[in-house]
Amino acid sequence: MDKAGFIAKKFAQLLFTLYAIATFNFLLFRILPGDPLRLIARAGRLSPDAVARLQELFGLDRSRWEQYLIYLKNIATGEYGISITFRRPVMDIIAERMSNTILLLLVATIIVIVIGVGLGIFASMRRGTGTDNTLIVASMVGWSLPTFWTGLLFIIVFGVYLHALPIAGVLTPGAVYTNYWQLIGDYANHLILPTVSLVIVDMAQFFLITRNTLVDVLTEDYITTAKGKGLSPLLTMRRHALPNAMLPIITTLALYVSLVIGGAIQVETVFSYPGMGKLMYDAVLRRDYPILEATFFLMASVTVLANFISDVVYRLIDPRVKNI
Amino acid sequence: MKRKVVIRERINKIKDSETLGMVWTDRLGRAGIIMLGAIMVIAVFGPVIFPFNAADIGKTAEDIFSPPSVNHWLGTDEIGRDVFRSLLSGARISLIVGLSATLISISIGSIIGLVSGYYSGIGSMLLMRVTDFFLALPVLPLIIVLASIFGQSIGITIMVIGLTSWPSTARIVRSQVISIRERQYIERIRSLGAGDFRIIVFHIFPNVMPLIYANTVLVIAGSILSEATLAFLGLGDPVKVSWGTMLHYAFVSGAAGRKAWWYLLPPGIGILFVVLSFTLIGHTLDKILNPRLREY
Repeated sequence: MDKAGFIAKKFAQLLFTLYAIATFNFLLFRILPGDPLRLIARAGRLSPDAVARLQELFGLDRSRWEQYLIYLKNIATGEYGISITFRRPVMDIIAERMSNTILLLLVATIIVIVIGVGLGIFASMRRGTGTDNTLIVASMVGWSLPTFWTGLLFIIVFGVYLHALPIAGVLTPGAVYTNYWQLIGDYANHLILPTVSLVIVDMAQFFLITRNTLVDVLTEDYITTAKGKGLSPLLTMRRHALPNAMLPIITTLALYVSLVIGGAIQVETVFSYPGMGKLMYDAVLRRDYPILEATFFLMASVTVLANFISDVVYRLIDPRVKNI
Repeated sequence: MKRKVVIRERINKIKDSETLGMVWTDRLGRAGIIMLGAIMVIAVFGPVIFPFNAADIGKTAEDIFSPPSVNHWLGTDEIGRDVFRSLLSGARISLIVGLSATLISISIGSIIGLVSGYYSGIGSMLLMRVTDFFLALPVLPLIIVLASIFGQSIGITIMVIGLTSWPSTARIVRSQVISIRERQYIERIRSLGAGDFRIIVFHIFPNVMPLIYANTVLVIAGSILSEATLAFLGLGDPVKVSWGTMLHYAFVSGAAGRKAWWYLLPPGIGILFVVLSFTLIGHTLDKILNPRLREY
């Protein structure tokens, strides 16, 4: 199959998966116990007139199939209903929070990849040594840390005891900024602890996959040949070994997205960081189902999209993959 | 006769009894086994020696968030209960949930992996599509949504984690089954008249067992982390207090601001310790089953 055909097929799969997620979501939130009207109205007694009007407003007087079709149309057009607690459209609330989460995840991901892959290269070149073993154990400790607890530790050490870094929100309340740089500085300051918590826990995967792949590759005959030609270890690594680690790293990236979204929910909760994760946590506490539904759909979509991108990039880089 | 065939063709020629011995000879593996043993002893005997009474709350203001002392070895929590005793009984809950969820997850994953790997029809393809679908969903948001819909009890937590963590097992088992399916001895057994069920249960399953072991250990680690996270986010069983639930109450009662490190540190260290012990064992098993990594 040619590249265009492969991408087209993967894209069709992506669309189908998104449709499946939407359907899954629809079914899931329709099996909720209790009358949806009571949930919306948050009132015990309603006049028959009010019930009828609410039913019409929320489309509850229509058949299940009609509700399903309307639901699909709404999801496709970004209409996620009205939040029970905020009494505002869910999409507006999400739009306000989205950029905070994207920024947090972007910064964390860049650091995770750079340090994780970097340490993986470093360890593979010193395989079997004390440095290598220490890094392996350290990465397994990082992997085993609960993200939320790592955040709590940072709060108590850097916030409560040392008063060194801000531990909540994105900006210092009541702060006055004389220029943009101060604003950016304050924002960055608030990002440090949540980001470091994410990085420490989620870096292990990249480190281990890079290290293990390279350790494997470095025993191949062509590496011995490259060394025999007189190439320096660094040049051998860059030209002959590292390209082989690219594919596993790309596969890891797709898995990582699922993991780091879970991480974001935890650190945003712990650090009261106003993003999608904190929004989801608050929705859970207040049983704000429309928000829960929308945040879940968006998070699942992002993960599926990451899988799609990873598949496509994999195919573009690896000429051996012909038909999957 | 058949049994001999199975053993001779066993993956990497490793028998179950040898596998455990090999984990023990590896330094990290041994550390994992020792840590796990210690935790098992604590979880089994701890609550018997130091029973935790959830109703035994503080009587004066000094009993709230009081630091470690002779009476309370790890201080008290936000309503004056003993953190040390709570920690011991939490170990039990965390392990029970992690192990039970893993049992569900591994059973489903193994069966789906075996069936979809052995057969190659539309049904098998459909099973794999479902597996891929669940594999693509982000785990934490999914279990959060399920737990908040179905409610908070230890049983639901076990079900939610067990029913969402099987896809990776299914994928691993399936790929191994596909490679075994084509081997000659399966062909021979089939020509002797063995049915599909017999072949799967007696001739393929024993060969994927080692792989399932290694995967089980890692799934336990993941399940314990999932349970802790779910409980921390307030979706745990409010009565059966696990380490995650303890940290939830510590967090919402502002233990960090009160500098109550004795309340925040122990449950987290407990989770880290258990998860790390399983991770170390799992990593070692992985190394044994992937001989290419064993050399280094």
